[in-house]
Amino acid sequence: MSETMSAREARGPHEVGGAEARPERRFEAVIGIECHVELKTRSKMFCGCPNEFGGEPNTNVCPVCLALPGALPVANTAAIEHMIRAGLAFNAEIPAFSKFDRKNYFYPDMPKDYQISQYDMPLTQGGVVRYWLDDGTMKECRLTRIHLEEDTGKSTHAGSGDGRIAGSTYSLVDFNRAGVPLMECVSEPEIHSAEEAVGYLESLRRTLQQIGVSDVKMEEGSLRCDANVSIRPVGSTELGTKTEIKNMNSFRSVHRAIESEIERQIAVIESGGRIVQETRGWDEVKGVTHSMRSKEQAHDYRYFPDPDLVPLEVSRAVVERIRAELPELPPARFVRYTTQYGLDVKQATQLIDNVALALYFDEVVNASGNAKQSTNFVLGDLSRLANETQTPVHASPVTPAHLAELIALVEGKTINSKIAKDLIERMWRGEGSPKAIVEREGLAQTSDPAAIEKFVDDVLAANEKSVGEYKAGKTNVIGFLVGQVMKASKGKADPQLVNALMKQKLES
Amino acid sequence: MNSHTINGSIRILSSEKIDVRYVAKLARIALTDDEVERFGTQLSDLLEHVDALSRLDVSQVAATAQVVESRNVERPDEERPCLNRETVLTEAPQRQGGFFRVPRIIAE
Repeated sequence: MSETMSAREARGPHEVGGAEARPERRFEAVIGIECHVELKTRSKMFCGCPNEFGGEPNTNVCPVCLALPGALPVANTAAIEHMIRAGLAFNAEIPAFSKFDRKNYFYPDMPKDYQISQYDMPLTQGGVVRYWLDDGTMKECRLTRIHLEEDTGKSTHAGSGDGRIAGSTYSLVDFNRAGVPLMECVSEPEIHSAEEAVGYLESLRRTLQQIGVSDVKMEEGSLRCDANVSIRPVGSTELGTKTEIKNMNSFRSVHRAIESEIERQIAVIESGGRIVQETRGWDEVKGVTHSMRSKEQAHDYRYFPDPDLVPLEVSRAVVERIRAELPELPPARFVRYTTQYGLDVKQATQLIDNVALALYFDEVVNASGNAKQSTNFVLGDLSRLANETQTPVHASPVTPAHLAELIALVEGKTINSKIAKDLIERMWRGEGSPKAIVEREGLAQTSDPAAIEKFVDDVLAANEKSVGEYKAGKTNVIGFLVGQVMKASKGKADPQLVNALMKQKLES
Repeated sequence: MNSHTINGSIRILSSEKIDVRYVAKLARIALTDDEVERFGTQLSDLLEHVDALSRLDVSQVAATAQVVESRNVERPDEERPCLNRETVLTEAPQRQGGFFRVPRIIAE
């Protein structure tokens, strides 16, 4: 926390609305994000229907998720454990006691006319999401809470031509999604730009995915988010009137929608207007938010404890077991890679987003003790080969031990980088230990000055024209001559030595 | 999570004269003037009873969200058979293909 604050203070309040447009820095944006995340379980939250995306409509339904009279919900242990897992990943408090409440409202895709949710005693309280920006700055945003609820069915609005609710004449409802376990993750209003919002979401998404609680696919609706956006004069600590932005279907649209909304609010305030508290929809095509307000009225959900579900006592033993199972989380990995191993932001992020590759990379670093070469080989040649052959690096015949061996051969100058490139291709094809290949085929680098001198003399004698050109001032022909030596030595000559000797001879 | 929701609930439960029309609207129930009068009296009686309960000294009683004493009634994460779709849709007032068809949704 203190780190974030001091970093922010050092740079001054965050500029919003584009640096060129408003150099005077009059406003600061204040943003809070609400995410709904479908949990990855086999069955739904309160019944045994499959929790799967994309089934034929109304095939994954039963009396419980259709709210037929007399049906009783029973909570899914795996979903509760996912909540604890997520809470611990964000360093939240896991209270010893929790319960489910009914949130009452009417909507056709919610068959019970109430949603089972959590009101005043959620499974997790507080917590913090650590995230990073493209320039590597670490930031934090506190969480208010994460609570567990059930998803609604899915409506398709028909008759309006464009699938929107406005102007539609009827709707079609599919209850396959009704009752799918859903976590709602609410942030504090501690985000100050579109860039930070995306950084926050990326970190949240990576973490939830890597701890295995959700697929977090925006395109399948397993991650959905809304942003509450307000602005205030720089230096003010009061919160301005906020608008809630909906319909953002990708992180890119989150970025665009927030930027656009901040600019709109600044324009309203600067022209003497007032911001109205309302819900605004993001229009991806027009690139603006538009009011979704119809009759503004405060919702009255009349929450009360669900009498069908008994309270939850969360055992400390379960919490500790889940805590012990947590893997290294993305923000910790990011800090380790950038500060300890010296990776740049792009390299670190690339590894973090491919956990199997990151685990492989860690093994190579441990075995070789050389983070720089490990990064070069893993993100360079190995990743290229993985792409070309559609085989993940960790499933290839190149073991971390063999790669570490290769790195040692390069570092010890037993082989040069050209031979190393050839070797890694051969290792990828399953030829095994690089050391064994080098010994078997005599690929060790030739650093013997006498042997190299012979190669150099031969090449000079055979290329009189180039030698003449060099002496006439066209010194870049040395590259060609060195290349000839490398070719003659079958790549085994130490290129640095060749270069030095060649230069010496040409200039003598 | 909106704080005004809490305030909303408190307002209804603690007001002396309950706003029956508002409550009926939330519950999507159409009431005649006579019914508003009749239910208003009945609901006020109920609220008075709750008021009487809130005057009790419960400082020695643990808070509860449930009257039954059981805890952690859970099920393992296993799939169970679903209903047959035809069976499900047979009972629907209106259907279209595999979907429930519902009247126009008017946003609030």
